[in-house]
Formats: sequence, structure tokens, C-alpha cells
Amino acid sequence: MKHYLDFEKPIQELQRKLDEMRRHPQMHSLEISLDDEVLQIEKKIAETRRDVFSNLTAWQRVQMARHPKRPYTLDYLGTTFSDFEELHGDRAYSDDRAVVGGFARLQGEPILVVGTQKGRDTKENILRNFGSAHPEGYRKALRLMRLAEKFQLPIVTLIDTAGAYPGIGAEERHIAEAIAVNLREMMLLSVPIVAVVLGEGGSGGALGLGVADRVLILENAYYSVISPEGCAAILWKDRSAAPKAAEALKITAKDLLELKLVDEIVPEPLGGAHNDLPTMAETLRVYLLRHLHEVEAVPPDARLRQRYQKFRSFGHFDEAVPSPPENG
Amino acid sequence: MATSFIPKRSIGLEGKEPPPPPEPKSAAGFIKKPKLGSGRARKREIPEGLWTKCPKCSTMIYDKELDDNLKVCPRCSHHFPIGARERIHALVETCSFEEMDPQLISVDILGFTGVAAYADKLESYQRSTGLKDAVVTGIGRIGPYRVGLGVMDFSFLGGSMGSVVGEKLTHLIESATDKGLGLVIVSTSGGARMYEGMFSLMQMAKTAAALAYHAQSRLPYISVLTHPTTAGVMASFATLGDLIIAEPGAMIGFAGPRVIKDTTQAELPPGFQTAEFLQERGLIDSIVSRKEMKERLIQYLGFLLHSQRHGIAAS
Repeated sequence: MKHYLDFEKPIQELQRKLDEMRRHPQMHSLEISLDDEVLQIEKKIAETRRDVFSNLTAWQRVQMARHPKRPYTLDYLGTTFSDFEELHGDRAYSDDRAVVGGFARLQGEPILVVGTQKGRDTKENILRNFGSAHPEGYRKALRLMRLAEKFQLPIVTLIDTAGAYPGIGAEERHIAEAIAVNLREMMLLSVPIVAVVLGEGGSGGALGLGVADRVLILENAYYSVISPEGCAAILWKDRSAAPKAAEALKITAKDLLELKLVDEIVPEPLGGAHNDLPTMAETLRVYLLRHLHEVEAVPPDARLRQRYQKFRSFGHFDEAVPSPPENG
Repeated sequence: MATSFIPKRSIGLEGKEPPPPPEPKSAAGFIKKPKLGSGRARKREIPEGLWTKCPKCSTMIYDKELDDNLKVCPRCSHHFPIGARERIHALVETCSFEEMDPQLISVDILGFTGVAAYADKLESYQRSTGLKDAVVTGIGRIGPYRVGLGVMDFSFLGGSMGSVVGEKLTHLIESATDKGLGLVIVSTSGGARMYEGMFSLMQMAKTAAALAYHAQSRLPYISVLTHPTTAGVMASFATLGDLIIAEPGAMIGFAGPRVIKDTTQAELPPGFQTAEFLQERGLIDSIVSRKEMKERLIQYLGFLLHSQRHGIAAS
């Protein structure tokens, strides 16, 4: 069964009509040709699709990013990439299955990939903790990235998480520290790093894999300082104000590109990445290779300087009328 | 990130303690401050705002005494919140502090209109706190050591980190690196500032990046965590110290306790997310009372800067 989101209802309705019409000749074996009408409806579906998907609101994008059929990190590791060799564990406490990582090839070129991983069903979601990593996930990612540094493999990080896990164990083992260390250490890795937000870019949990030379985002993904629901609960005192919060926070790919917070948007097939995984996977490969090659062409010293400058430049502020400095 | 943003009540009064009872009645309190517990009539004569009741031990403390004691309860050592300027005053040598970027102010880059507009919030907090934003930075001398000093202030929008906090701290860290100075950053924050969206999140990476190069120069950084320090600030510069020091009883963590409770449906262990709890679990090097903070920082810096000590004494 295909899963339709609320705003896809007009498409669903037309599709239902079309399916019925196609069944019609067989059921009634009439001689009437419905070809013209089928063509009409197909055209209408394409139009409606274009209409619906070119005008998605921020909140609709969030729903697309969370779509139950949306391709996850491992789906790309089996398509965009080849020869994925998964490596496990943080060498200290456990193997956090909400983060996957290992060697892979991108059009034959060896790289190291780490990414957050959601589950497709309840059982897998329990294993993957719904894609929300514990400290061990971030520490595993850093261990693998240091391996990449040592053996000079470029790094690709794939981000799709609602956020780092807000749990008792996560606090007891210092998830904040694990994320912070990644932010600091990723800044000093001399190998090229390209990060891609595939679906949900949930706050610090996403940023913990997001310090990179290039940050790309899929067309219907979002990247935010706080979940729209969380923001709505705090500022509107009402979680159902999430659509308003999503709009205000400027979290869509388009908004983030305009604000120069991401480098490029990776286009999705019409109807979203889940609608045509082979096309999506191929597009992602083309984008990744181009960015990796551009970053590889820069000498390591300059690359590190540019990475620093990139993050250094984020922020907007003003200067008030100067007042004399206060002495303590 | 910004889970425990803008608490409604004064943060110093939050926590596990129930609201203080209407009148101090313990015998110890009576002995220590006989004037206070001696009856309603007398109490009514006390002018408003000169006395503060300790939320932990219910002692009435004369405000001037509290100020002189660095906002620490003289009886039970409860640490009240303290402003950035007061704290700087308590840490640095007289007239040694040169403030950096005092003129930087936040802008409403997203045009954020929620229940209240960001621009209005900024204005009202600037008025009520006398601060431009949630951190004061500069170079000052602690004992014999010139250091970069950044001190956050929770009373400005919950000490939240937006572009200004990130920029001022990054500039401070960079200056310390350039000048070969150690760093002390005193944190208190509800996390990243929602009103600046992703720009706020990126301040985490920006400050951590500056610290990466400060560390590479083998310069010491002491992070001091005070009540409360959470979320985006915890997940960036606050946990990257060579030493991580905390004030006693401070609430410290990543996610807010309510979020954790709602997510896990579990009872939180006693003392969860306090400085003491985190020291037991290996995050905090030492818990230091505010009254001893300066002395201990001088001690630590003495060890961390021993190879440079000659140069510093000469400068």
C-alpha cells in the first residue's frame, strides 16, 4: 500500500480514478476505448503533483522528511554507494545501532561513511532507537572518522535524526560532551568531509555529524535548532502550533540555502525521495562526487582554513552605539 | 536544544526543593538571626527587597550580606544566581578587566514572530538586565594570570546562545589563542536561542572550532558550569574544557528533565543532572564553591601554565 500524506489527497483521489479506469475494460470487456480519458487523467495527475510539490509549506516538508517510506542511510549505502563494509562499536561501551558507519565506495572511490539510521518497522526501530543516538553513537562515529583521517579516506556523513536521545543513560554517559567533542575534532580532520541532511536534521544530534567542508540537504529535508513541536510547546505553549513554528524557524532546504547555512540542495524526484529511490540515489551520487572532488582539489591546509572560515562566518549581529568599556 | 528555555520562575528558586514555608521557624535559624524569627509584628516592619529568604534553608538573609557573600547563603551555602558583572568583579583583579565587544547586539535575522516578537524580547531584556546580551567577555587578570574570561548571565533570555553569544565567545577564544592566553568560561544557559533558528545551532560548531585551535596551541581552558547549564551550550564549549569545574548543586545536563521523563516514561534517579551526580559519573573534575572559585582557578592555572609562567610574570 502506498502511503499518502494529507496534502497528497488530491493526487490519491486521481490515482484511484485512474486505477479504476484501467481495471474497467477487463471487468466489463466493453469495446469502448478509454485511452483518451486515461491520458487526460494521467496528465491531470502530473499537473497536480507538480502543483502540490512545488508549493509545499515548511510543515509539509517536515512531514515529507519524516515520511515512513523515506529512504534512510542504509538504503543509500546499498544504492548510491557500493561495497559497504559496516564497522561496529565505540571501543568503550557498546555499538549504538542508531548510528551506522564503515567503508564504502562511491563510483569505485574508497571513502568512509557514517550516518544516523532509523528503523523501518517497530522491531527495527527498537534496535535503532528511532534513529536517536546515544553518546556511544557519536563516539563510534568519531572513532571511525579518526580511522579515516589516519588512512586518508574522505568522509561522507548522512544525517537523518529527530535528535540525540533524551534519556537517562544518555545523560549519565554525557551525550552533550560526546557531541561537543565531535564538533571540535571534526574541525581538525584534514581529509575532505561532506555532510548530507537526508531527512530530519534534528538539532545538536544532527550537528554532531554535521561539521564538514560542504553541507548538502535533500530538497524535502529540514535542519533545525529545535523540533517544530518543541518550539511550539515553549513559545506557543501548544504543540499543535508546530506548523507555525516550522515556518518561523526557517528550516526548509530552500530557506537554509537562502540564509547560506547550507551549500546546495540535492533535488528529489517529484513526489519525494521515496517515490523513486533509484533516481534519488543516482542524483545523490552525482552531487557527492562533485563536492568531494572540489574539496579534494584544495590542499589540506587551505581546506582546514576554509572549513574554519565557513563555520566562523555563521551569525548575524549589529553594533550598538559604543559605550565606554566597564572595568572590573 | 533549547529545551529548558526561559523558565517562568527565577531559576535560583527552581529545583527539587519545595517553595519555602511562609515563615522561618527552625531553632537554628532563631539562634543565628534572633531578630528574624521573633514575631510577625517585627517582620512586617522589614522593608521589602532588603531581605531574601534562602530557598534551601529558609533563613532570611540581609541582601547586603548576601551580596558581600557572592550570593551564597551564609548558613547553608546555597548558591543563588549571580549576574555576569558581579561574577567578573569577584574573579578578576581590580581594574584588570578589559571588556571585548561590549557593543554587539542581536538582530532579528529571521523576522521571528511567535507569540512575542524577538525584537521586542531583546529590547525588554536589555532594559531589565542592563546587558546587551547573555555573555560578557574580555581579558583580565586572575591572580597573576592574564586570561580570556567569558561569563554568561542567565537573566538575559535564559542565557541562551544566539549569534552574539557565539560571536563574542569565538572572538574571545581567538584572541586568547593569538595572545597565548588561557581561558576561563563560566556558563549558565538554557541552550541555543530558538529565535535565531539555525544560526544559533551553528554557534555551537563555531565556538567548538575556535576551541579546537586554542587547544592545538596547548593553551589551557577551564570551563566552569553554574546553575543551570544545559542543551546547546553543554553540547559545545561548556564540555570542552581541559578542566570542567562546577558550582555545588548546579543543574547540568543536555535534555530537560521533563523531556526525558516524557520520552522514557521512567522515574529519574535521585539527584539526576546535578553537579554531584555528574561528578560521580565522571564528567566533572571538581566541584568548587563560588567563594573558593578564584583561589582554585589560580591554583589550577598555576599547574596548567607552569611552562609559561616565567613569560607571564614578565609581561
